[in-house]
Amino acid sequence: MIIRIMGEGQYELPDSASDALNELDARVESAVEGRDADAFGAALGELLAAVRERGAVVPDDALVDSDLVLPPADATVDEVAALLGDEGLIPG
Amino acid sequence: MSIMKRIGLIFRSKANKALDRAEDPRETLDYSYQKQLELLQKVRRGVADVATSRKRVELQMTQLEQQGGKLHGQAQKALAAGREDLAREALTRRSGLDGEIEQLQSQHAQLQGEEEKLTLASQRLQAKVEAFRTRKETIKATYTAAEAQTKIGEAFSGISEEMSDVGMAVQRAEDKTASMQARAGAIDELVASGALDDVSQQPNSDIERELAALSAGSDVDAELAAMKQQLGTGEERQAIGGGADDPSEPATDSSTEKREG
Repeated sequence: MIIRIMGEGQYELPDSASDALNELDARVESAVEGRDADAFGAALGELLAAVRERGAVVPDDALVDSDLVLPPADATVDEVAALLGDEGLIPG
Repeated sequence: MSIMKRIGLIFRSKANKALDRAEDPRETLDYSYQKQLELLQKVRRGVADVATSRKRVELQMTQLEQQGGKLHGQAQKALAAGREDLAREALTRRSGLDGEIEQLQSQHAQLQGEEEKLTLASQRLQAKVEAFRTRKETIKATYTAAEAQTKIGEAFSGISEEMSDVGMAVQRAEDKTASMQARAGAIDELVASGALDDVSQQPNSDIERELAALSAGSDVDAELAAMKQQLGTGEERQAIGGGADDPSEPATDSSTEKREG
């Protein structure tokens, strides 16, 4: 599967990585729902680290869609909440 | 649903909307390519803008550091001349500068980070735009309008996602830089106003000094004590250097009083 880290690029990961990533993703999600900045920063950091560690960088000239997309490393909990709440934030 | 999936869907719906606008699908290819080139220009401008801000911060750091060194020197001179009040004023101002310099350093690090990220983003986008152009030419040369539809869908994959991502990255960098520029403007004004300049050329306001001393407090006391020690005791000091300080000093009542005290 292909995962994009926003502002950073795409990684290709084996499907076997899903379980571990889903667990971390759930932690990010509950931190966003609770607007818990500390928990969010920690969980997102771990999730991104896991993607970078298990994934291979997709070449710059490859044109492939991502299956999953992750917020940038320096995203705040409010930014992510706004992104999920308002599609209009993504410029066309 | 998971965060990763939700954000992924948001990206995909954007890409689909862009594709839906197609009339003759082959025209969409050229239109999209045009948009890609525009975005590439925008990212490059973004890199240049961030670099300009970074250089401005570097210049300000140098200015403030020079000013800090000057104030330190003035404090030593003033103390040697028995003007502890002026020395205190100079050190108080310098301690304010240290705070500014620290903030500038952290801004500088942030701007450097943004600059690197945008540079990489522009390299990625450029490679993808180039790949898209190749595919576009193939599709236009090989397929009829009817056949082209699915091929175009494939060509669009990846590139629209990259464009959304890069577009947001530029926006974020601009937002961050804008807030820093407001601050940088304030520092430029501070430097231009002369508020940081030569202590001996400023009218001495007791209240202002006392207020500042409250915040700068013990650091200044400690530094004064250290300087006194360096100067040694019992040595009769004349005004050192006889430099530009004395003639330009305004002979206000308050400064004359201080001289006697």
